[in-house]
Amino acid sequence: MIELIIGKYTYWISITLMMIGFYAMIAKGNLIKKIIGMNIFQTAVFLFYISTAMVKDGTAPILWQKANLYVNPLPHVLILTAIVVSVSVTAVALALIIRIYKAYGTIEEEQILKMANETPNPKLVVNKGEPFQTPNTAK
Amino acid sequence: MEIVQSAKPLYAIAVSLIAVLFIAVSGKRPNLREFFTIAAAVLKFSIVVSMLPTVLAGKVIEYSLLTILPGLDISFKVDALGIFFALTASFLWIVTSFYSIGYVRSLNEHAQTRYFIFFAVALSATMGVAFSANMFTTFIFYEIITLSTFPLVAHKETPEAMKGARKYLIYLLGTSIAFQLFAIFLTYYAAGTLEFSNLGIFNNIKGEGVSDAFLIVTFILFIAGIAKAALMPLHSWLPAAMVAPTPVSALLHAVAVVKTGVFVVVKVVLHIFGVNLLAQLGLGTALAYFASFTIIVASIIALRQDNLKARLAYSTISQLSYIILGVALLTPSGITGSIMHIVLHAFGKITLFFCAGAIYVASHKTKVSELDGIGKQMPFTMAAFTLAAISMIGLPPMGGFLSKWYLIIGAIEAGQTPIIVVLVVSTILNAGYFLPIIYAAFFKEPNPEIPNPKSKIREAPVLMVASLTLTAIGVLLLFFMPSVFLELAKMIAASVTGGN
Amino acid sequence: MINITEHLPVLIIVISLMSAAIIPIAGRFNRHYSWYITVAVTFVSFLISISLLNRVLNTGKISYWLGGWQPPWGIEYVLDYLNIFILLIVSFIAFIVSLYARHSIEKEIAEHKISTFYSVYMLFIAGLMGMTLTGDLFNLYVFIEISSLAAYTLIAVGRKRNALMASYNYLILGTIAATFILLGIGYLYMVTGTLNMADLRELLPPLYESKVVLTAFAFFTVGLSLKLALFPLHIWLPNAYTHAPSVVSAIMAATSTKVGAYVLLRIMFTVFKVEFDLEVVPVTKILLVLSSVAIIAGSVLAIAQTNIKRMLAYSSVGQIGYIVLGAALINQTAMTGSLIHILNHAIMKGTLFLVIGAVVYKTGIEDISGLRGMGKKMPYSMAAFTIAALSMIGIPLTVGFVSKWYIAMGALNAGMWYFVPIILLSSLLTAVYFWRIIESIYFEDANTEPQNAEYSQIRNPDDAPLGMLIPTLILAGLCLFFGVAAFLPVSIAEKAASMLLGGM
Repeated sequence: MIELIIGKYTYWISITLMMIGFYAMIAKGNLIKKIIGMNIFQTAVFLFYISTAMVKDGTAPILWQKANLYVNPLPHVLILTAIVVSVSVTAVALALIIRIYKAYGTIEEEQILKMANETPNPKLVVNKGEPFQTPNTAK
Repeated sequence: MEIVQSAKPLYAIAVSLIAVLFIAVSGKRPNLREFFTIAAAVLKFSIVVSMLPTVLAGKVIEYSLLTILPGLDISFKVDALGIFFALTASFLWIVTSFYSIGYVRSLNEHAQTRYFIFFAVALSATMGVAFSANMFTTFIFYEIITLSTFPLVAHKETPEAMKGARKYLIYLLGTSIAFQLFAIFLTYYAAGTLEFSNLGIFNNIKGEGVSDAFLIVTFILFIAGIAKAALMPLHSWLPAAMVAPTPVSALLHAVAVVKTGVFVVVKVVLHIFGVNLLAQLGLGTALAYFASFTIIVASIIALRQDNLKARLAYSTISQLSYIILGVALLTPSGITGSIMHIVLHAFGKITLFFCAGAIYVASHKTKVSELDGIGKQMPFTMAAFTLAAISMIGLPPMGGFLSKWYLIIGAIEAGQTPIIVVLVVSTILNAGYFLPIIYAAFFKEPNPEIPNPKSKIREAPVLMVASLTLTAIGVLLLFFMPSVFLELAKMIAASVTGGN
Repeated sequence: MINITEHLPVLIIVISLMSAAIIPIAGRFNRHYSWYITVAVTFVSFLISISLLNRVLNTGKISYWLGGWQPPWGIEYVLDYLNIFILLIVSFIAFIVSLYARHSIEKEIAEHKISTFYSVYMLFIAGLMGMTLTGDLFNLYVFIEISSLAAYTLIAVGRKRNALMASYNYLILGTIAATFILLGIGYLYMVTGTLNMADLRELLPPLYESKVVLTAFAFFTVGLSLKLALFPLHIWLPNAYTHAPSVVSAIMAATSTKVGAYVLLRIMFTVFKVEFDLEVVPVTKILLVLSSVAIIAGSVLAIAQTNIKRMLAYSSVGQIGYIVLGAALINQTAMTGSLIHILNHAIMKGTLFLVIGAVVYKTGIEDISGLRGMGKKMPYSMAAFTIAALSMIGIPLTVGFVSKWYIAMGALNAGMWYFVPIILLSSLLTAVYFWRIIESIYFEDANTEPQNAEYSQIRNPDDAPLGMLIPTLILAGLCLFFGVAAFLPVSIAEKAASMLLGGM
């Protein structure tokens, strides 16, 4: 049992982080906090990948004659890509939040939903110009 | 049995579909539009007639249009039963076309082009059902009839009409999807084919691991899925559909739609299950009692209807069950009687509906209680009504007597005494709801409260009266010269009971 | 000289990605250039997928090694009967919708965003095609994220502010799904050391009992169910479809959930073997139950809607249930039905959303009441709507019937007759929510509410512009064409199904 906890502590950490992030994404009402949760959630998975690559006493995977025992480079490469993806998701999310703030004047989910329900299906504005009705609740 | 390959059944179906195009483009010129309707009707009838000699010679015309999936193809087969139905429907379409023209013009109906278009489509689909060679093709055309008659039932577009039409659609489309399609799935799953067989699809695979319970369930699903046959308790769409203009009620609810229903029931009984198999399972008797129930109950309800069209509708429900009853007896005479009743009831009921429409056009009366003394104003109409009503009751010298005669012989053959009682009781009930109308029309004095200008004869437009006179004469002729129809009916009975 | 035909499998993705970069630049010179490029590129993609189909039909499987690296080390693109089928659907719908997009987009999206819209649209398509083509799990993850990111943007690009929240919620859920998939990939990599799907198929069987593999499978299933909006993980979908611009609703409804379904099939039947789904985990049983609930619940919820786009979205939830149901029955007939339904639903839903787009273009109304009396005003669009609606109900001679037939037969063949009533019941429910619309299109007088007053004064037919009408009618025509000539898609789908079930 101890073996299971100590020996695989990296997994435990990543699972814990994942759950923290997951909780924030689901339970938090503030849109930014959700995004923070999302980043924790994703990072936990990245950590998990990296820890699987670890080889005890391994050196860096460089084409080099002393490198006969080296850590697995592939997870690192994959995670590099995944980090790029994660950054783009965050960027899109933040951009969305800015637009949400402009449109509703708040980033609290409850208030936004309340406002959205007041005008569930507003008629499409087909004229040109400002895309959104300026919210009067903005302070 | 000799098979002739010919595309004639396709032409018979397509002719009114092509006419739809012409009707649509000539919508602004009513005379031209009506010419196309009549031309299509006449052409269709003559194509059907041209196939008659081949069928009478004991041959079968086949034509395969296309295969949608392996095992699912649209193909046509003209056999005695098919041509029997097609003859009836296509002939009555000609008559109804003339009648319709008189009706819609004198009432100045709106959306006349739509009316004629969907009428033509419905007729095409009816031909499709008559000539289909497998259950899949039948199902397609069955659905097309439902969908294309919806605009006709909803024609008036009043809330009441929409309500009736919705009920119509829910019953017909709903049951066909929920039950009929299910039954088709099961049939294909068990038999691997949907091709109608003279002795029955299931009869052919008897003993190949299909359990009795499976067959019974499939049979019940089929019968429940064919709500067009208006077997109780799935009958109430028919009175609801009476909101339609009268020619629609006349052709569709006396010929095309309801007859399609019983026709498909007949097909299911004879060609999917087969006489022998059903007799073995005892399902024929069960169906016969079920139909008897409908006959009696619908007649009793008809007695209490004051609206003329509603009374006719309930009479239709009861009469349709004669057809089902006859075929459910599973004896040659029963089947002959049942098939004869398709044409006899068609002529009789269409005449009655034509009369109801003529009365409405001439005097705007819809209730039975308002008809006192109307026989003096509308002698031709009411004479035709009388002839048709006598036929409905089943008295000689009208056509209706023939089918009832065969039905009773069929019941005797099957040894079903209770069925004979049902037939006798229902005859009395039929008389009970038709004779008072005739009596009132000819022997009662008109109600003085209803303003009645002196004019003695106020008939409906001549086109309408001519049509209804023609069909009334048809009823009479069918008694004296039923030769072609009777011959066909006997051919069918012989072939499905294995006599051929 | 490089032999271009050799490189078609990657070219189809590369040109879409490249055009995504070029379009905004071209748009700087003239707004209309971006549309021309989009149409041209999607058309070329469609042609490429046809030529690939030809090759697959002649030679069977095509394997393309990206950069010449041999799998399992390099990334492999694999084309077989299954994904060429999906690729054709995606590229065709992308072409049709881009043809249609021009007018609709000019009305629904602010002018300065139009060229960006087309750029993101191409990214979205590229992502979907990549998901379809790739034979490498990690590459799959990257393409999932490309298409998802593009989808979030596309949903939010319109003028409606509710779209922003819909997009945000989709982003959160979509990221959870994608991260689950990433985690699943990690687990599989941990135990096998490979990311190549074909390689995994060979290496996994001895490890089927391993907890890690089971966990990986669970993460895949949940993540992908979210992507394809399988009930009860569908909650992002109705809002997204409702508030997105019409063009986006159309392309998403027709392609993205379908590709999600395809990926689920790939994972269930290519990476894992049929025996795993049947014997090791009860996943098919769970999916059968979920999909049945989806079919009924989707239809029931659709009945309750007044916004027509939301109604169509819930109907999509039900239709996705069909696809999963057919796959989870695990037999040849049902699987064929499921694959056919991917095509059929793409065509039908595509048509419906395009018609609604045309109505929004003309009137700006998305409510069901907006369709009142439209039969006289927009006769061609409404004819297309009616055809697609009848097809959704499953009337014979339309595509909807074919897939229902196959799935129902598959259920009977599998001895699970109780799925047939579910299918039929949902047909009835579908009939309920479509028929009330058809009725109000043809049998009610035009909308006279003030918001629509301007339009209801138009007496004569005033249908959508030809640029919108023609693509809609093409799709509606296909609803009928493939309903009659069903053997064409069925012949491919049958091969794909037997490949999925019987090994590569």
